[in-house]
Formats: sequence, C-alpha cells, structure tokens
Amino acid sequence: MLRWILGGREAQGSVEKSPVLCIGEEQPKNRFTELQVLKGHFDIVRFLVQIDDFRCASAGDDGLILVWNVETGERLQELRGHSQQITAITTFTCNNEVTSHTSLITASSDRSLSLWDPDTGNRVQTISDLQSSVKCLLVLERLCVWVSGGEELCVWNKDFQLQCHRQNHSDTGITALIELPKNCIAAAMDKEIVIYRLTVCDSSVSVAEIRRLSDHQDQIRALININDRLFASGSHAGELVLWDAIEWNILAYQHILWEESQASTQTEIRMGAPKPSEMSIQHLTTNGKLILAAVGSGLYVYNVETKAVVTYRKVAHDSNVLHTMLLSDSELMSCSEDGSVRMWEIQDLPPSAEPASPGFFGMWSFSRSNKQSGPPSKKVMDIPNIRMLELTGDLIGHSGAVQMFVSFKENGLVTCSTDHLLILWKNGEQQSQLRSQVLFQKLEEKGGL
Amino acid sequence: MIGSPDVVAFTKEDEYGQANPDPWAVPEEFSVPLHPLADSNPWAKTSYAKFTKDFILISEFSEQVGPQPLLTIPDDPKVCGTFDLNYFSLRIMSVDYQASFVGHPPGSGYPRLSFVEDSRVVLGDSKEGAFAYVHHLTLYDLEARGFVRPFCMAYVAADERKIMLQFQELSLRFSQASECLKAGNRRAFAKELQRKLQDLEYTHSVLQREEGLQREAGPQCMYSAHAVEKANELANVEKSIYEHRDLLRQISSYHRRPRRDPHAVTCQKCMTECLSECEELLDKYVKLANPFSYCEKEEDGQGQFDDEGGEEEADEEDDEGVKRRPSYTPQLIKAKSAKCFDKRLKTLQELCDETFYDATLELLKETERSFRGDLCYLHTRRLDKALRRKQRVANFLFEEDLGNDDEDEAETVRPFCAVNHAIDSCILLNPPPIVLGPEPLELDALEPPEPLDPTSETSHTQESELGLGESHLESSPSDQTLETQESSEETKGSFSSDKSGVGPSEKQQSLTSMKSEAPDPDSDLTPDPDHNTDLERESSSEEMETTAGDDEGDDGGDQTPVSLLEVVSELKASGEDECGGGNESDLLVPIDTACCMAQEGFLYEASAPETMPCLRQSSHPPPSPTPVVNQEPQALLPLQDDYTVGSPCLESPATGLELPVGHLGDAVSRTSAEDGSDCTMSASTGSDRAASPLGYGGVLTLCHRKKAGQGALRFVRQYPFAMQALWCLLSGRTLVVLGADEGRVRRLVAALALFVPAPGKCGERVQAWLSCPFTLTDLQRWKLIGLQRVASPVGSSMLYSLSRYSRYISILDADQKTLRCPPYRGQLLANVADHRTYIRRGSTYFLHIQSTLCHLAAKAFLFTFTHHLHLPVSATEGPEVVEGRRRCFLQEQLGLGEEDSQILLYLSQLITQQYLQPASGGSAAAPCFSFNYTTSVLYKI
Repeated sequence: MLRWILGGREAQGSVEKSPVLCIGEEQPKNRFTELQVLKGHFDIVRFLVQIDDFRCASAGDDGLILVWNVETGERLQELRGHSQQITAITTFTCNNEVTSHTSLITASSDRSLSLWDPDTGNRVQTISDLQSSVKCLLVLERLCVWVSGGEELCVWNKDFQLQCHRQNHSDTGITALIELPKNCIAAAMDKEIVIYRLTVCDSSVSVAEIRRLSDHQDQIRALININDRLFASGSHAGELVLWDAIEWNILAYQHILWEESQASTQTEIRMGAPKPSEMSIQHLTTNGKLILAAVGSGLYVYNVETKAVVTYRKVAHDSNVLHTMLLSDSELMSCSEDGSVRMWEIQDLPPSAEPASPGFFGMWSFSRSNKQSGPPSKKVMDIPNIRMLELTGDLIGHSGAVQMFVSFKENGLVTCSTDHLLILWKNGEQQSQLRSQVLFQKLEEKGGL
Repeated sequence: MIGSPDVVAFTKEDEYGQANPDPWAVPEEFSVPLHPLADSNPWAKTSYAKFTKDFILISEFSEQVGPQPLLTIPDDPKVCGTFDLNYFSLRIMSVDYQASFVGHPPGSGYPRLSFVEDSRVVLGDSKEGAFAYVHHLTLYDLEARGFVRPFCMAYVAADERKIMLQFQELSLRFSQASECLKAGNRRAFAKELQRKLQDLEYTHSVLQREEGLQREAGPQCMYSAHAVEKANELANVEKSIYEHRDLLRQISSYHRRPRRDPHAVTCQKCMTECLSECEELLDKYVKLANPFSYCEKEEDGQGQFDDEGGEEEADEEDDEGVKRRPSYTPQLIKAKSAKCFDKRLKTLQELCDETFYDATLELLKETERSFRGDLCYLHTRRLDKALRRKQRVANFLFEEDLGNDDEDEAETVRPFCAVNHAIDSCILLNPPPIVLGPEPLELDALEPPEPLDPTSETSHTQESELGLGESHLESSPSDQTLETQESSEETKGSFSSDKSGVGPSEKQQSLTSMKSEAPDPDSDLTPDPDHNTDLERESSSEEMETTAGDDEGDDGGDQTPVSLLEVVSELKASGEDECGGGNESDLLVPIDTACCMAQEGFLYEASAPETMPCLRQSSHPPPSPTPVVNQEPQALLPLQDDYTVGSPCLESPATGLELPVGHLGDAVSRTSAEDGSDCTMSASTGSDRAASPLGYGGVLTLCHRKKAGQGALRFVRQYPFAMQALWCLLSGRTLVVLGADEGRVRRLVAALALFVPAPGKCGERVQAWLSCPFTLTDLQRWKLIGLQRVASPVGSSMLYSLSRYSRYISILDADQKTLRCPPYRGQLLANVADHRTYIRRGSTYFLHIQSTLCHLAAKAFLFTFTHHLHLPVSATEGPEVVEGRRRCFLQEQLGLGEEDSQILLYLSQLITQQYLQPASGGSAAAPCFSFNYTTSVLYKI
C-alpha cells in the first residue's frame, strides 16, 4: 500500500513484516458503521466501566473520571479529584428495597480511594493517605463490603470505614481479586493465589488467610471466576489453570506454548528466542462455558466442560492483545496494542480461505496475499474437533493501543485508547432510524416545517 | 423637455405599487421573463447606449450655469464613455418639479423656506439610449436664490425595463440617500445661519456705535447723506437679523412638519440630534434680546470708532489682555449685496456635513453595486433568494449562506441611517477623492493627540485646502507665507472702509483667504489652545457634536468681541516673537470682492499664516488630513471602486479555496473576467466586510465557487474517473487529494469543493492544504482534504495514516492521476461528470452543477421528510417492511441504484442532522461519522 503511495521508491515494512491476517475493507458482518469520537481525557484512557444501560465511565492516567451517555455521546459528568493516574475503578451498587443506586469506587496512585455519585458528579467519600496505592478493587455485594488490594488487603464497609486489613509479604502485592463461594476471596500475588476467608460477626469483619496455591511457574496475570464451582488463572508463562472454587485444587492445567506449534511450521520465520510476552496470558474472559484467553498477540478458546481447546489463533493481532470479550458462544472480540478491535467468529467448517472480497488491485492485493499465510497453525491441528477462528471485522480508529472496550449490545461499543480518545461505535443504520424517529417527533411538535 | 416624445414620466404616487406588487411574493412572478420584448433582439436595446454600465449621476441645477453634472458613481470615466453627461443633466434637471416659490409669500413678512418633498421620475432618452430613474431633491443654502439648491440623483441605465421594474427599490434606496443628504444639509444650514446671525449682530453693533458717534459729533452731521445711509444700513441689518432668526426657527421646525412623502426614510437618531441642535441654537438667538451688547462692551475698551479702521487700532491696543477666545469670529457684513454671477456657490460637500456626504456616497455606491447586471440577472437572483429562503431546511447543502442577504433584506425595509452605521469607517476608510480639508476639530478627534500648537493645524488645513482644493492658486507654503506677509503690509497701509479701492494684489489675497475659507467654514475658528483642547475632548468623545462644541465656544465670543480681538493679537504677537519679530499684521483683512458671499466683510486672517512658517522651522510637521489617508493605504483598497477584475476576491484572505488565476489558461482568466462583475456584485460594501468577517468569507465562497466551476470542468474533462470522485464527495466519503505540488492540489481542491455537501459557511469541511498526518477526528471534520506528498520520515507517518484510515477515505493522486475509491456504477452523476461534455465555459458548468445538485437536494428533502419511508405506518409493520419500502422508493420511484442511493442517504442524513441540531448550534454530543465497509478499487487514467 505504501509502496503504491510512495510511487515504489520506498518500501515500507510495516505491512509486509507481519504475517497477521487482514480482512480488507469488505466487511459485511461488521455492523459498526458509525462512530463518534469522544474527547475529554488528557492522557491514556485505561479503564471503562458500565454504569447502567446507557452510561459508562472512563478513567485513565490523567486522574479524570468521565461519565458518558452512550446513546448520544454526550459527556454527562466530569469527576475530578484524583491527582494521579487511576489504578482501579469499579461500580458499587447499593440495593435498597425499591431502588438501586450505582456509585463508582476509584483508586489512584495518589494513594487515595474515592466514592463518586455518577448522577451528580459529587465525590461522596474519600480516603487519602493510604500506606500504598490500591491495585485492585472487589465489591462483595452480599456482605455489603468491598475489598481493596495492593501491598495490603483492606476490607471496607459501604460507608468507607476500614473493617480490617492484612499486610502481606509479597513484593508485588495483590494484582487481582475474585470472590469465591463461602465468603472466600482469592487474591493473585505474584506466582501464588492466596485464599482468604472473611468472617462476619456482630457487624465486624475479620479476614484470615486459608490457603496458598503455588502451582504457577510465573507471575499470575489474570484471575477470573468462571461459575460457582470454578475459577481460572493465567500466568505470564502461558499457563492456564482451572481451579475448583470450593476445594481449591487444580482441575485442569494447560500450558499454551506457541513455540511448539511453530517449530514444525514456521521455523524459518522465527528469528531468535521467542519473547516471553508472546505466550503471556494478558487477559481472561469467560461466559461460563468457554474461556477466552489473550495469549500474547493471539487468542485461545478453551472449553471448560470438555476441558479441551476449542480454537486458537496464534497471531490474531499485530501486537499484544489487551482485552477480550465473548459476545456469544461463537462470537468474540479482542483489542490490541496495534490500535484495532477485531471481531471473530468460531466457525465449524474448515475455512474456505477466501472471505469474499473481490476487486483488489495492485498493492492492495499484495497485502492480501499475506493473509493466506496468516493462520499457520492449521497444520498442527492434530487435536480433533478443533474449529476455526475467523475474522469477521475490525474497527480501526484509534491511533494508539486500544486498552479496553465495553459493549452496550445494541447501543454500541465503547473503546478507549492510549491516544486519549474514546470511540463510540454504533450501528449506522439503526442510528439513522433513530434519528428519523426523532426528526418526525420534532416535526410533529413544531407542527410542520 | 418634458414634452419630448419619449420621455417617460412616472411618479410614484400612482398605482404603481398595486400594478406590480412585491415581485417575489406572487407565484406567477417566479417565471423569469426570458424575452422582454417579443419582437426585438434583446441586445439591440442597449447596443447604442454610449455608456458601458449603469451608473449613478448626481447633477445640480446651478443658478449660475444651469444644469451641470457633479459626479458619477462609479467615478470612472470609462463608465460613461462618450455619453454626454452635460446634455443628460440638462434633460433630467429640466423637469422642474418644484414650483419653488421662495421669498416673501403674501401675508408673511419674512422669506420662507420651502419644504419640498423629493420627486421620483423615470425619464428616457431613446436617442442616447439612456433611461434614468431621477430623484430630485433640494438642499438649503443661505446664499442661494430662495435659499434652495435643486439637485438630482439619477440612476442611468440603458434598459428602461430594468428601471421600471426596479422602481420601488431604486426609490427606496435613493430616498435613503436623499434623506441622508438632507439631514446633513440641515445641520450645515443651521450652522451657517448661526454664523450669519453672529455676523449680523456684530455688524449691527458696529453700525450702532458709528451712529452714536455721529450723533455725538453734532446735529449738522445728523442729516448728512452719509448719516442717512448709515441709518438705512442699520435698519437693513436689523431686518436681516429678524429674517435670519425666522429662518432658523423654520429650519428647526422642519422635523415637526408632517411628511407627505411615503418613501421618506428617516433615521430617528439623526432627527433627534439635529432637532436638539437646532432648538439649542434657536433658544440662544431668541434669548439674545439685546443685540447691542457688542457696542457697550467695545466702548469700554475703546474710546472712539470712526470707521472699521478703528478696530485695527483697538486691536493693537488690546493686544495684551484677555484670554478667552471664541471659536468663531464674527465678521462685518456689507450692506450692499452685489448680485453677480461669479460668486462661488457651495459644493455639495459643503452643503452637507462631511460625514453625511460620505455616508450618502457610500450608500449610492452600494446601490450601484447591488443593481449591477441586467434585469434578467437581477430578477433571477431575487427569485433564487426568495426560493432559497423558503427552502431553509435543505439549502445548507449546496447553496451559499443566506444569512447576510437576510440582513440586507431587513435593512432595506427598516429605517436606515447610513451615517450612524458607517460613521467610523466612512471617515477613516473612505477619504473623499479631493481632500478638501475636513474640519480640523474632527481631524483632531480622529488623530492621536499630538503636542502641537493648534494654530499650525488650522493654518495647515487652510494651506492644504489651498493647495489641493483650489489648485489653480498654486500656493505652495512659501508662496503663501510671502503673500501673506506682503499683503499684511499692504492691508495695513491701505486699510480703509472704502472697499472700492482695493488693489489687485490685495484682492488676490482676500480671494485667497476667502477660498481657503470657503471649503470649510469652520476652519476659521480662531485657534485657542485652551478652548481647542476642550473642543477636542468634546469632539473626540462625541464626533457628531462638533457643532455643539462650536456653539459653546461662541458663547464667549458673542458677548465679548473685544476680548476676542485682544487674544488674537496676543497670539499674533507671540507668533511674531517666535519668528524673530516679523511685521505687524493686520488682524482684519477686508474681504471685498465684488461678490457677495457669506463671508464678505472682515475675515480674521489671524496670526495663523504667520505662525505657521515659524512652526515649520521648528520642524513640527503639521498634521494634515492626508496622513490619515496615507497611514493605511491597504484599508482603502477594498473601498476603491472595483471595476478591476475580481480584485476583492484576489486580495482577500480567502477560505483556502483561492484559485490562482495566473496559472490557469486563457479560458480561465477570461472566465474570471466574466465573473469579475459577479464577484463584485456579490461582494458587499467595505464597511460590511470589516464588520462581519464571517459574511465576508461566505460571500467569497460564492465567488470562488463560480471560479471553481472552470476548475471542475477541467477536472471532469481531464479525468475519466471524475464521476467516481464526485460520487465519493457526494456520498460523504472523505476525499484526499494527494500531491506534491501545492498549487495543483489547491486548484483541485477548490474545484472539487463545489461538490462537498454542506461545506459550511466558510468551507469548514474543506481543508485545502495539509502537510501533517491526519487523524480520525480530521476525517470526521473534513470531507475534502488536500494532502502534501512528501518523501521524508514525516511523509511516511502521514502515509501510514493514509493507509491506516484507507477504509474511510478515497485517495485522488494528483501526481500519478489515480483514484482509489469504492467502485461506482451509478447513472446519477453521468450527466454532471461527463467526460465528453460539450460545456466549454466554467460559469456554464457551474450553473449546470448547481442545477443538478439542487435537484439532488430536493430529492433528499423529499426522502427525509416522507414519513412512511422511515417509520412504520401501522403497529404491525416490522422494520423490514419499512426498509423494503425505503428501498422501493429509492430504486423504483427515484430510479436510483445502490451507489446512487448512498448519495441520497447521505444527504438525507445531513438534512436530518441539520434539522435536529439545536437552534443554538452548539451540541454537547460529538458529531457522528458514518461510513461503510466496501472494497476500494484503483482507477487509472
């Protein structure tokens, strides 16, 4: 492409060097045909949380939390207060008898925690001068408490009163927290998973360490609940471990090693030692049945019930995958440091290898020829029942790494990125219908043109 | 002349208004009269006119020489060609519409001012091929016969029909101009009356004193012929005072008079200002019950008065003494008034206030501009405007902005005052063609204050008047000095009351001073540092009130003429000191001319001419009116008459769409020459531009659009894939024009900008030249981008963004002549982007485009606002039914294919967005950017 633009004088490598597949511009299954660029942040936007059906909050390195209306793209609130980057954000829902009110809890590098009301933009509660900055937050709605994890584990009640805290002795501190049955929580701490139990008596909460699970070889990067009985963890070395949530023993251990599959097929391409990040599990997501793991720049889908890999693609993006999501049993989405969001479909049939995009000319077909060499792992499909992971569309808009995205189903998709922007992707046809509707409403109100 | 066979007299009071009501309100009027005369060649009518363009002629029926042309607008000899202005003036002025009896009507003791309403007449001269809307008006002049001076303003055109059909608007605009002139005239007239009254009272006092002396001298003198003559003279002066007071009263009552003229447009502000001013004057002169106060005062300071020469002695004696000085020095008025025809009549500028005069000219220039073009053009333009006003919902797509036109429309309706609106700009930016020394006080107000003796200012003003205004006198500063000194001596020697014995040189001198006096009566304000600063402050705070300032200054003078003289001579003495002891000059210079002008009598030459050279030597550059002009030559440019081709467009800081005319071929420059008049026509007045840069940009957009027509035509003829490019633009896909040569890219962008829907008032959706990588936000903002191709690291990042966002853009490579865009197979644009089109001229092509786009916009409007195409008719209908109906409408009823439908959908989307936009314009939500995922192909030439 660039060669064409430059008139062949200068060969730009960026397209050629990556054997990543490229879908081209014909994307009939991609329904995001309209976008809105949401500006407001001054630094990398790292977090997005959904507040309700039409609102989401974004937070990032500028210490700002912005609340957006996803339907219109309006910025509803600007929550200012943190002086440094936000390290964790979560929603906190208080259920009364009739109403439920959602607040936001944020943690920042300035060693403070804040509770915000996204309706009014008020900072309801704040705690500053913590001993260390909080890296993760977990709300236990059942107990009406929430837990912050960092170098120490603290338990707070909903009025921001510290219930108890526990110093831990790891260098890295707690990087992830999940809730387990029986008032237990699991915390990922370097290579270990620590199980704590919360005891509630007379409105005071105490926390006790019960077990340490030290089966991972490398730092744990991701920790998720799968369902009531299972949770999963992924490590930097590509280990995916399935745990029993009650007994805390290993149910399955999968070591995802791209190198193995590659040794046979693409040794000539592989130059030097593989970087460890290529098999690092960056992100795990699940829908209760499948686990989707972002492994380096690839994707790996694992079936919990059969304890077998469903499908995988070693090179799904040009660069590390940062966030993934399972939209349904067959549809998934991933975003990456390469600035794109990709939508995938798990297909049963062996691929026709031609996703129907006629009419390429010149260098455009050149980049296309690379596409076929994209999925090299097909040859090592020695596992039976393996299915294809087919690219159905991509969203290109950000000029930096896409950090995270939140799907609002029909209302669209919000992505945030290091380029300080949020992009709201929508179904253009649906939006234009909605606008027409509004137009005729207004017409009626005004009583004619 | 009125009996001449082809004179078409048409006065407004008839049923013209009903015969031709608001031409764009009636539907049948929407039809353009293509053939005004069925039988004749439409060009035949104007072919034998001796002038090339319509122009405005201002003529005067001079009581001395008869009808004479004063000026034309535009002030360009080329316009009139061989057309005989003198002859035509004779014709139009010979319609003596005003049965102007002035003088002493029976039953009244005093001369009456006639309040004559303007008259509007259409006259024709088929032999000359000229037809004119003629607007007669009268201005007051104290020296004129019957105090009135008839003038007329005529809009001269070769097409009679044009004038007839534009009669109402012409009448409206000329009424405005006329009112403006008359308002200024009343002000000047009141000022003149005031001055005259002062003179008269002063004369009266002098005469009385003489009479008293005679009485003292003895009874034998009482009945001498001389004494009788004096007594008669005194009586005459008294009578004259009463007459003038009455005139002042009459002019002040002008405003209370009911206007019979339905077209009279007056500005309330001017009216009230003028009224209050006049009443103030009136009060003052009514209150002045004892006109003989001069006498007493002077007798205090002075023992004996034999003749006017005595005053000279008085002055010398009073040299040291009083400090105050009025701004106007009364003069003696000679009893006998010679009726002769070599007296100098006031020019139109002098008759009206300078400000008002300039404002009127501006108004007329604007009128001339707005009536350029033939009738068909004007008519079409109006229809166009009227139609577009009705199509507000959709016309933002391809039409240029109407916002300013609306204001124009409103302006013609509401009472308009050129002066108040334009006062700042018209003084600063629009110097009169001949610098006739504006009032020094006003000048001071405009200039930054300088530590200069005001004396020198005054003198310099006089000098400049002499030098520029009356060039035949050829008085360079040195001449003037010599002359003045010499004549001072002479006057000293030969001063006497006997006016008959004035030598030729003195005559020359007095003529000089008179001339210097005449252009601006205010320039004889006796300079006084104290007073002047006062006045300066006052006038700077409120420019319009300079007269009031004068009056205040005069208050002192009215009571104490003696002290006045003293100060003058004191100043003179100081001036002499500075000069190293010059001659004693006479303060009173007799102005005698055999003529009888207002300033006959004594003129205080004052010390001005004498101090001036001294100041010169001390290297104080006297401020003159010209520096004001010279300081900002560029400010004058837009105001100069723009008969040059498209000059306002070229010199403008354009919206990035300029077409360098020089680079294009002959055809282009020819086109621009044709378009030149259009450009200037659409350009509003200079003051408007200064006031509203937005409108400026919008106006220029039209101009550029017209020029871009040629570029677009070239593009279409040159590139076989032009249709695809146009489709991209019309369907909302951003088109990037990539090229290394800025000129070429800019030209292409300017040409293609015609096809960008809703380009914004100043073409905000178009970026003519970009040399940095663009982002998604830029794509959202701009629909047409000119991008610099650079082979450097910067370039590669830019090209990276090109390839990254390639799905959202189409790329037109200007260097390699390729286009990368989705394939277009529709038929809708085949008509516009015909590679083998027979259209050869850019302006024709522009109109062709406009009509096609207009058609599209209409379809889009229909599509957008058809309810059942977007919403279900009944509750049972699903979205698929609506979808199917929509497709059916697009394909079968409008006959559009898939790609053509996209154009309509995009336009419809724009209309929807525009319609839903809150009235305030600002929306909290970010704009949407729609696209679709289709493969692009590469088109080559």
